[in-house]
Amino acid sequence: MKIEVLYFAWVRERIGEPRETVETEAATVLELVKELKAREERYDLAFSDLKSLRVALDQELSEFDAPLAGVCEVAFFPPMTGG
Amino acid sequence: MRITVQSDDFDLAEALREFGKAPNTGATVSFTGLVRDDTCTLEYMEIEHYPGMCEAAIAKIAEEAVQRWSLTDCLVIHRYGQLRPGDQIMMVATAARHRAEAFEAAEFFMDYLKSRAPFWKKEVTRDGADWVAAKDADEDALKRW
Repeated sequence: MKIEVLYFAWVRERIGEPRETVETEAATVLELVKELKAREERYDLAFSDLKSLRVALDQELSEFDAPLAGVCEVAFFPPMTGG
Repeated sequence: MRITVQSDDFDLAEALREFGKAPNTGATVSFTGLVRDDTCTLEYMEIEHYPGMCEAAIAKIAEEAVQRWSLTDCLVIHRYGQLRPGDQIMMVATAARHRAEAFEAAEFFMDYLKSRAPFWKKEVTRDGADWVAAKDADEDALKRW
């Protein structure tokens, strides 16, 4: 399946691009992270500490063990600082 | 209920002029967040946002606030992009039958916008640039609701 993967703030800076289309068979967010980390060092660096990251599935805050079935858009970012 | 995410500045007086005009409104509260410069070294603040999710996340917060405090109206304007010290970042306004509801709902909005609305702040100073880190206290603030 094809998934749009978005990066924000320092995650975007570490990876070097704001979004990309990823071809994956990952069943969960964690599996997708594992695949990305294995690709290149910049991904490994961006995902080195999952506790400092948040994930949204189709624009809704979610968890790293959530399933990816039916998901079109995954976004990774640090804790939000709005307001 | 009005939610706007924009790069342009907003006119606070104009935003409030037509706010809370329903006859059952007895109180309105408004809060404005500004770019603060504690050390006088800040050149600008860059606010990054997640288009689409911002509006959805704020709408979700607003719906809960309207329901919990029986708000007669609410308004959120949040900016993104490059902002200078003293610039307005965002505003929230709440309208209710009584002041306690209006004040409390405004605080609820601010606590949730801080850590549940997808914005990220980067401070660019004379000495370099750094992302503003979320504080544990921000997350703890949600527990009181």
